[in-house]
Amino acid sequence: MNDKSEREILLSIRDLHIEGFSDEKWNGIVHGVDLDLHKGEVLGLIGESGAGKSTIGLAAMGFTRDGCRIPKGTVVFDGLELMTAGEAKRRELRGSRIAYVAQSAAAAFNPAHKLIDQYSEAPTQHGIMAKSKAEQDAVDLYRRLRLPNPDEIGFRYPHQVSGGQLQRAMTAMAMSCRPDLIIFDEPTTALDVTTQIEVLAAIRDIVEQFDTAAIYITHDLAVVAQMADRIMVLRYGDLVEEADTRKMLSHPEEDYTKTLWAVRSFQKPQKPLAGAGEMPIISVERVTAGYGKSVMVLHDVSFDIHDRRTVAVVGESGSGKSTTARCITGLLPPIEGRILHNGNELPADFRKRSKDQLRQIQMIYQMPDTALNPRQRVRDVIGRPLDFYLGIRGKEKEKRIHALLEQIELEPSQFIDRYPGELSGGQKQRICIARALGAEPQFIICDEVTSALDQIVAEGILKLLFRLQEELKLAYMFITHDLATVRAISDEVVVMLEGRVVEAGPKDVMFTPPHHDYTDLLLSSVPEMDPDWLSDLLEARKGKSMAPAGN
Amino acid sequence: MLIAVWKELKKAPFTAWFGIAIILSYIIVAFFAPVLTPYGETQVVGDEYAPWTSEFLLGTDNIGRDMLSRLLYGARNTVGIAFVTTCLAFFIGGMAGLIASTVGGWTDQILSRIVDVLMAIPQLIFALLLLTIVGTNVVNMILIIALLDSTRVFRLARAVATNVVVMDFVEVARLRGEGIWWLIRHEVLPNSTAPLIAEFGLRFCFVFLLIAALSFLGLGIQPPTADWGSMVRENATLITFGDITPLLPAAAIALLTVAVNFVVDWMLHASSGLKD
Repeated sequence: MNDKSEREILLSIRDLHIEGFSDEKWNGIVHGVDLDLHKGEVLGLIGESGAGKSTIGLAAMGFTRDGCRIPKGTVVFDGLELMTAGEAKRRELRGSRIAYVAQSAAAAFNPAHKLIDQYSEAPTQHGIMAKSKAEQDAVDLYRRLRLPNPDEIGFRYPHQVSGGQLQRAMTAMAMSCRPDLIIFDEPTTALDVTTQIEVLAAIRDIVEQFDTAAIYITHDLAVVAQMADRIMVLRYGDLVEEADTRKMLSHPEEDYTKTLWAVRSFQKPQKPLAGAGEMPIISVERVTAGYGKSVMVLHDVSFDIHDRRTVAVVGESGSGKSTTARCITGLLPPIEGRILHNGNELPADFRKRSKDQLRQIQMIYQMPDTALNPRQRVRDVIGRPLDFYLGIRGKEKEKRIHALLEQIELEPSQFIDRYPGELSGGQKQRICIARALGAEPQFIICDEVTSALDQIVAEGILKLLFRLQEELKLAYMFITHDLATVRAISDEVVVMLEGRVVEAGPKDVMFTPPHHDYTDLLLSSVPEMDPDWLSDLLEARKGKSMAPAGN
Repeated sequence: MLIAVWKELKKAPFTAWFGIAIILSYIIVAFFAPVLTPYGETQVVGDEYAPWTSEFLLGTDNIGRDMLSRLLYGARNTVGIAFVTTCLAFFIGGMAGLIASTVGGWTDQILSRIVDVLMAIPQLIFALLLLTIVGTNVVNMILIIALLDSTRVFRLARAVATNVVVMDFVEVARLRGEGIWWLIRHEVLPNSTAPLIAEFGLRFCFVFLLIAALSFLGLGIQPPTADWGSMVRENATLITFGDITPLLPAAAIALLTVAVNFVVDWMLHASSGLKD
């Protein structure tokens, strides 16, 4: 099945245990994982956050993060036992024979040095190439990775290139010493779907060209299906299942793997379009807005959101999705155009809106970590809108907080006195939902509410939002770049590009061709759980000359 | 709560323990000065510049008052006044800083520029100038030093709060329609306290040194109140005779400054989460 499994073993991990220090004691993160990687093979590590994927990835270089240790187990790389080899030996390997590509290239590059200088650092340091040779080599790799202007791009600083380009430059950097093994730690998670494709294709090509072995860490099954020869599913630091990619996709054996596979199956029934005479809850009317006087972010944006409907606003980062939300909430007063609420114009600035107008529009944020005050207990977070808007105090308030917690499926007695730091990501997002519900709004803006969460957790949140919509008759504006989410929850879809609405309409119409060119690009860029998807797509796109975003 | 504090203390390095011990002993001395001292604060009990004897353990000063008694009373006056001044400086500067960052816009501009102007003039010279204008007494001195020192607190409070104000939970509260006081009290202040507390220790040292300097120059705490700064000045002539007595109040100042810094270092280190 997997022809590479016949080849020599490059990396062999046996009975690996990793512990992390917290709460005054060592806690197990990884409990005895075995792993074999053959030369030229790509292994996908997959699991939810906390499964130990990144920790194992780093351990493959004989490295642990601060506050972690490897009490037991062996890591043998090409005949050398890394655990006992000593730091000097390990340093010799890192960068030259084992390289690492981090999740956020923007954070991993040094902003003060040009890309090409950072590229040539490893080869010169390890004495493999002279600097001038390394620079020529960099240009060659930039070209192979299909970066625009390969001759010049290296002389830019990290902030002068886009996220997708930076991630490719990082891959080039990892390749600089022609390593035998590269560890990719969620290299495309922070990117838009349209950009992700470019990076995935580039990574796959270059790994094949140089016959490099790779460990590809991700939580996105569809992505790993394109990249890996073999997949390992991890959970809580244990191996759940391991198989060749095709077998794993078609016949997963363990129940956990099956739930991971099934996670995207949730889809709510689409509601019919609102009648022509029906008053929309929120209308965005010809809004033009920007930061400062000269830079316009939104151009003439109009759409309606009707009672009990979910409108998904999609587009890549920088398309003006969140800015539209800021105009609706009044954080950014539009320069032209207006926002109507039940047919009445809302003051452009939220400071001029009445308490009741503010109450009607609530917002749920992308990062539940920063959306909750770390110094407030759940009781105060949820209780404040009750007190502030509805004047509910004392026993009645306590009762309502309990009711709200039950509504978001958290056991009140267990959670009411916790601080946000004592909650998981999904629980935090549920508390944010409860806070929004406490104001008894008609309309909630959900700004990428699931993108910081694991798939299974995200699915739970989407189901909860759907149930609440039915029970409480809410309208949602759902900002997202994830089309799977759109498919799951929306009634209508608004596609945005560069601050303009490109296409809008009911979901079923939007997901059936013919599409607007950009909608087509967006839709076809969403990875599917088919190992041939990427190859087929690239083949299909070759004919058309479609400029991918980010270039 | 107490257990958590004790746990943290057990991990504290030796320097922090030393600092805490010194600070505690100063506080005890300040509180129990009347009990601990053999003579009164301003009582003339012997000859001028009497040497160290069993009667006067550290000798007497320029008009025959017991050095030891005045040294102990000095803890009460100098440290007490410095403490009150620092608290006041934190109240003024902290409030202004939080308001500036939370309200933003013109309020921030105006407050920040006023602070810039105040900080542009050397602190000691400005304090001397103001004290000569309004007259030297303890209340004036506390107010002036608190005002001048609040500029530093303002800058720190503003910088820390600016990082908090951009968080989504503050935006949530703003969009809810909360007033400025609620924002400051419930959202911003609780998330800015750690660096402010650490700064409190450092500012206390500077205030304390400034008061001592002003007293040494004769514009601080006025005689006959026992104060370490003025005690050094009054007895400075003895230094030329090779007697170290006048340096004892200076040593008391130095020791407290070092102790407070040890504790602040440890607290900063603990809150920053650095390993070594």
